[in-house]
Amino acid sequence: MAINRDTVKYTANLARIELSDKELEHFTGQLDRILAYVDKLNTLNVTNLKPTSHVLDMKNVYREDSVRKSLPVADVIKNAPNKENNLFKVPKIIET
Amino acid sequence: MTMNMKLNTLTAHELIDLLSKGDISPIDICNDIINRIEKQEKSLNALAHFDKEKALERCKNLKEGVNKGKLWGIPIFIKDNISVKDELTTCSSKILKGFKPPYNATAIEKLMDIGAVLMGKTNMDEFAFGSSTETSCYGPTRNPWDLERIPGGSSGGSAAAVSADEAIFALGSDTGGSIRQPASLCGVVGLKPTYGRVSRYGLIAFASSLDQIGPITKDVEDAAILLKAISGHDEMDSTSADIPVSDYSSNIKKGIKGLKIGIPKEYFIEGVDKEVKDSIKLAIGELEKLGAVCEDTCLPHTEYAVSVYYLVATAEASSNLARFDGVQYGLRAENITSMMDMYKKTRKEGFGDEAKRRIILGTFALSSGYYDAYYSKALKVRTLIKMDFDKAFEKFDAIVTPTSPTASFKIGEKISDPLTMYLSDIFTISANLAGIPGMSIPCGFTKANLPIGLQILGKPFDEDTILRIAYNYEQSTEWHKKKPKL
Amino acid sequence: MDYEIVIGLEVHLQLNTKSKVFCGCSTNFGSAPNTQVCPVCLGFPGSLPVLNRRALELGAKVSIALNCQIAEKIRFDRKNYFYPDLPKDYQISQFDQPLAQHGILTIITGEAEKNIRIRRVHLEEDTGKLFHQKDSSLIDFNRCGIPLLEIVSEPDMNSPEEAYLYLTALKSILEYIDVSDCNMEEGSLRCDANISLRKKADKELGTKTEIKNMNSFKGVKAALEYETKRQMDLLEDGKRIAQETRLYNTEKGVTEPMRSKEEAHDYRYFPEPDLAPFNFEKSFLKAIERDIPELPEPKKNRFIKDYLLSGYDAGIIVSDKNTADYFEKCASLYSNPKTIANWLIGDISAYMKDNNVSIKDLNLKESYLSGMLKMIDNGVITGKIAKTLLIEAIQTGKDPEKLVKENGLEQISDVKLLEAATSQVIAENPKSTEDFKNGKDNAIMFLMGKVMQKTKGRANPNKVNEMLREKLKGAR
Repeated sequence: MAINRDTVKYTANLARIELSDKELEHFTGQLDRILAYVDKLNTLNVTNLKPTSHVLDMKNVYREDSVRKSLPVADVIKNAPNKENNLFKVPKIIET
Repeated sequence: MTMNMKLNTLTAHELIDLLSKGDISPIDICNDIINRIEKQEKSLNALAHFDKEKALERCKNLKEGVNKGKLWGIPIFIKDNISVKDELTTCSSKILKGFKPPYNATAIEKLMDIGAVLMGKTNMDEFAFGSSTETSCYGPTRNPWDLERIPGGSSGGSAAAVSADEAIFALGSDTGGSIRQPASLCGVVGLKPTYGRVSRYGLIAFASSLDQIGPITKDVEDAAILLKAISGHDEMDSTSADIPVSDYSSNIKKGIKGLKIGIPKEYFIEGVDKEVKDSIKLAIGELEKLGAVCEDTCLPHTEYAVSVYYLVATAEASSNLARFDGVQYGLRAENITSMMDMYKKTRKEGFGDEAKRRIILGTFALSSGYYDAYYSKALKVRTLIKMDFDKAFEKFDAIVTPTSPTASFKIGEKISDPLTMYLSDIFTISANLAGIPGMSIPCGFTKANLPIGLQILGKPFDEDTILRIAYNYEQSTEWHKKKPKL
Repeated sequence: MDYEIVIGLEVHLQLNTKSKVFCGCSTNFGSAPNTQVCPVCLGFPGSLPVLNRRALELGAKVSIALNCQIAEKIRFDRKNYFYPDLPKDYQISQFDQPLAQHGILTIITGEAEKNIRIRRVHLEEDTGKLFHQKDSSLIDFNRCGIPLLEIVSEPDMNSPEEAYLYLTALKSILEYIDVSDCNMEEGSLRCDANISLRKKADKELGTKTEIKNMNSFKGVKAALEYETKRQMDLLEDGKRIAQETRLYNTEKGVTEPMRSKEEAHDYRYFPEPDLAPFNFEKSFLKAIERDIPELPEPKKNRFIKDYLLSGYDAGIIVSDKNTADYFEKCASLYSNPKTIANWLIGDISAYMKDNNVSIKDLNLKESYLSGMLKMIDNGVITGKIAKTLLIEAIQTGKDPEKLVKENGLEQISDVKLLEAATSQVIAENPKSTEDFKNGKDNAIMFLMGKVMQKTKGRANPNKVNEMLREKLKGAR
């Protein structure tokens, strides 16, 4: 097996997605089949290959240090599920 | 053309002619589209957000005057993952419920600058995760050629709307075939530009190194017009290329005599529908008649493309979709006890199954202990796939393949089996991994009267050549003129 | 038992660019909440980062000043973790191709120099700011996206004092090259520490704790001192150190374990697909090198050599670039640099400390100080007068020479005047006169003081001394 239930559970937690037992079961099976398929990559020798993270050969893209207009604060918070005095409001965080 | 002709059935370039002659007004076009939508949309479900009053208002507010812009008065639909200021932009996901971006995507700015009229947003697979538009939180879109079937995906709403004449043309996005495959399955034209040709600024990212916005149109000329309108360097997108944009519309009209076209054998394997193979072969014959030189070639790492894609794309997606956490916008679960609880419940409620599956897969591929075996390896094999194309393009000007191994399938047929669904992208994925442009044009029908698409792949930033091949083929065939009977 | 303390520091530095590292929002401090944000720094869906060239230049400048090797090719990576002050739930940072590595920062411990190795320097984006209320937390994203440079040292410091010296030396360099406000209270410079103890003979490092939440250099030192003692007590009792993150409680002066449960980190770094890699071209680095002024260390050596200052004096003067510049300007106007140094380190520095001002804000032109010193040398004023004159010059912003004339502060060397004063003092103080006659040489100082009092400090001290001795000589 390429992936088991515990790993799926751990990974879902990393991704902050709560899964029911049923979903966990379901996803484990599906992901295992997908990863088994993906295993065909292991038939290739890739030792001397460079990874392609950018398909274009690009480099040194930048902007100059100049200030642009920010968003009006009304636009910033208009989509907020919860807010207070132009600040985003979330459940109390126990300080790390 | 007679004045009682339904304007919604025309192409953009036809409407541009009529508008310039003063025969019609933008409101006339808008009205015909609204009529069509009111009649047809219930059975199609191609649109995610549409407000006819707003659409009419935009028409009325169009600036008159001499500098009207190339697309002045032409209505356009936008896939629901492209940001439009103060308009619902939800990626057909519950997690972006009610979300209205505070800014426009660069492609939208460009279209508005030249007078295009934004009509509404089209349905899609949730976050573009899918090949059938069945994973939308708004329900599946149906294929205008057979309402029991899927329109392809993820830009299924855009393709179905254009095919059913609810739209003149539309924008889609393509990460692994999401423009070309639905275009193929709905019998319309779809083009995925070279990575970097069109700014991604404002396109809600699925896989940042693969995504491109592109046109879905009724014919090749419109694809050329719309591509030109949205292309070009954008200082807001570091990955957009600073390479001049061609005059596609005039270049397509040149012939294709002597062009070298490669036919990769890996695209005619077992599992490809015979009717599809036959149509493609006929199309190749047509291209030869037009003077192209078609030869067999090979892209040996094609069989690894799906594997590479589903690791690279999901890894990037897992990171891109982390921001949907209920803090700043969109859905936030109720009755939450802590920050952790808020994250987990919001994402549980907000994401559909396929989104969850891909996020978990991508997270896994990047996680400690698996990165090298999965993500890193996939990026290396991606290099091999790119090299295949580099090599082929040393010899050929373009490559021709089927867009999809089969015509449209039934709603529900593959949705319960993710891997089978993933394999329906098998012929479109490589172009995204290699960053090259590709398009799909209608090239025939199955016995069941379902459209078949011809895929044309080109060299990086050589959209000119694939558009030219497509145009020449289209002009010598009648496929694009056929309309679904709704 | 004898323990060795092993400390490594991780400094986060806000670079003083005008705009943020990946968008054009302003970096001003103290604006109203969420007014310096845009779709990019808010991580709105569809937005994309574009690198601010200046941030990279400043990062490279720091790296060069810290003697690092700058990478030929750098790249940005995404560091993935969920936290509400991080709008994208990933931070654009650098993982395996950082800006620079293998640097050196020299500190002075007592009379000895010690090299602290810099492990790496990398560029990343700052996060938003959280405010905690009773039942909720609030988020302001203004700070989000300010360019942040992470400077990680090797665990080369062996005492809280060395950690303090490292931070002071680092701050001094950073101020020299003008890359940051370096204000720990405003958060433009932040510091976390790793500390462990091991028996002197041990080769392996002990279990370390990470200390956060210090808001001044002194706080860093105090936290490390507390933590040293805490760990030592545990080890002495035969207990184990738990590997954990602890927060420094400034009020109580103690470190405390974090309340929230720490999760195993799995940041899932991968190359940021939205940003292009950056290759440093020679011309780019050359331009930055040209922009780096003489740094404290070489400046100190030069001051010792050229101005014959002591290592101690030179060290103090060069620790602040403005003071060093001030010194050199004075030295170009006045020929005895040691005297300048004395005044700078003595009266001037005391005034600055008492009034909490920097040399830049000080109302004392270089020509004023050197002019005043010349007046002392030329016998125009006494050293004693100079001390009050200096304060007055600073407070009024006036030229000391003018003040001397206005207030009649010139030294009295006139023999007749001094004769009268000394005679009067001798007559009025028979006891001290008697003491001197009986061999108490100190008594002359008392008498001199009396003469000074009479002349309001203006009497030429040498002449007064001479005269008193002369007058009392016969009597002895």
